[in-house]
Amino acid sequence: MAKLFSKSHEWVEMTDETTAVIGLTDYAQKELGGLVFVNLPEEGDDITAGETFADVESVKAVSDVISPVTGVVSEVNEELLDAPESINEAPYEAWFVKVSDITEKEELLTEEEYDAFVAAL
Amino acid sequence: MDLIFNIGQEGRKLSLLPGCDVETVSISDGLRRNNPPKLPQLSENEISRHYTKLAERTHGVNNGFYPLGSCTMKYNPKVNEETASLEGFAGIHPLQKESTVQGCLEVTHKISQYLCEITGMDSFTMQPAAGAHGEFTGLLLIKAYHVDRGDMNRKKIIVPDSAHGTNPASAAMCGFDIVSIPSSDDGCVDIEALREAVGYDTAGLMLTNPNTLGIFDKNITEITKIVHEAGGLCYYDGANLNAVMGIVRPGDMGFDCVHVNIHKTFSTPHGGGGPGSGPVGCKALLAPYLPGTQVSLDENRDCHYTASEKSTGAVKQFHGNFLVNVRALTYLLTLGREGIPEASSNAVLNANYMRVKLADTFDIAYPGTCMHEFVMSLENFKKETGCSALDVAKGLLDYGMHPPTMYFPLIVHEALMIEPTETEPKEVLDRCIEALKEIHAKAHEDPEHLKGAPHNTVIGRPDEVTAARNPILCFSREV
Repeated sequence: MAKLFSKSHEWVEMTDETTAVIGLTDYAQKELGGLVFVNLPEEGDDITAGETFADVESVKAVSDVISPVTGVVSEVNEELLDAPESINEAPYEAWFVKVSDITEKEELLTEEEYDAFVAAL
Repeated sequence: MDLIFNIGQEGRKLSLLPGCDVETVSISDGLRRNNPPKLPQLSENEISRHYTKLAERTHGVNNGFYPLGSCTMKYNPKVNEETASLEGFAGIHPLQKESTVQGCLEVTHKISQYLCEITGMDSFTMQPAAGAHGEFTGLLLIKAYHVDRGDMNRKKIIVPDSAHGTNPASAAMCGFDIVSIPSSDDGCVDIEALREAVGYDTAGLMLTNPNTLGIFDKNITEITKIVHEAGGLCYYDGANLNAVMGIVRPGDMGFDCVHVNIHKTFSTPHGGGGPGSGPVGCKALLAPYLPGTQVSLDENRDCHYTASEKSTGAVKQFHGNFLVNVRALTYLLTLGREGIPEASSNAVLNANYMRVKLADTFDIAYPGTCMHEFVMSLENFKKETGCSALDVAKGLLDYGMHPPTMYFPLIVHEALMIEPTETEPKEVLDRCIEALKEIHAKAHEDPEHLKGAPHNTVIGRPDEVTAARNPILCFSREV
């Protein structure tokens, strides 16, 4: 499945109707600068579309990561905890969480729409 | 450069340390260490060169213009140091009999009184070690007040989105839930959002005024009234007191509780871990809960430590960071009743001078008169040149000036916040204005050069990610 994007700069890859993988976009990691710390939810946590589910700390600031979907965290990428720099190196591979039982989604953009959205910022 | 542990040789020493002037006692064998501690052994000139080299690698307020301002460190007059090193202040023990340290107690009492006068509060505790510690202490008072009245539902602290990050952090540490409210277009508190946010569960509001954008909130008395009518209390974060000291008082704005960063506003050196001092003042309704002991005067004008029955308990040693308070009192007495507001006026004048002069080149985030600091947004500059606020900040180092605050407040993108402070003469401000304009122009011609700045300093760009992720804080011989 192609990746979709939120206006708060997360990417979502729907693995089927009710499951997805979530990460941070390339634009977001560039804006944040070198990441030094990631705070992730735990497996089994409920997350809600439009609300914070994780936070990242860069050399500039701490920023919230907003969930684009409502569902249950089924897997957490714990490798990020020891290597937050992997988000800077390969943002589209460095996934944050896998989510199941998705019931709701934010309004999401296609790659083209997101590129246009970012270009206008 | 080499660590001090890696220079010198076994057996080298110097004569700076005083000889032992007390009776020596022997410790029993079982308590004695088996090997001598691995302390560096250096000659005097080796030490002198080592620390000179370290000093060369930094840039502080003694090296040049330092527009981080009072937010971090304004100029600290040397007379403060002289007073703090007087034998009667520096050579005493905290647990000496009260009768033998009356002068020191008087210092604590006097500075509390002056701070009451400056902030419009009724009582002060000098215990908290610095700003965030003061915030926590103030919130403990607010919590104690509600609990003491049996008003157990007040669990929410309202914080505007322009607040210092420590505000929500301190409130969370104190067990409160945080409600963040947006700023309006003029950078002030959105009154309607505040009205919607307050209620039976509001414990209080935390606010900095002037706020982190350097704007004095014109609705301040309305804001504190809304919170009070909902049954909450108002906490004033004194981080920006440098703009208004001796001119307008938080107590008169309607605040019930304040902390003052005297290590910033009242010019005592700090940084690198302190010591700071963040005394907390409050109106009479919160005074019974003040932490630990306060100094009070008896009928003979003798000073005593007294404690309230309802005290929330000590938050630090009872005397606080005493010598920092001595420095601040020196500052207050040096400037006096007329000098204190004059310092604030000059701080505001200097900031506005720079703001107006820079407005033709840079985007000022919130136009209009500012207080002691103002924020520029380099978002458009970044689009034009590819250079960021960070690059401009680094570029300033090549002009012998310290960078201003970067990327704060968070609600302004690519922010540079400039706080010149009151001690800088016009020619220094002019040089900085010229430097910023030159950096701006050159970035359009040769952005790559600016991205590599600073070019003339001993240290270029440190690896901030590694410094944050893997700091080496302890010496080990293996390194």
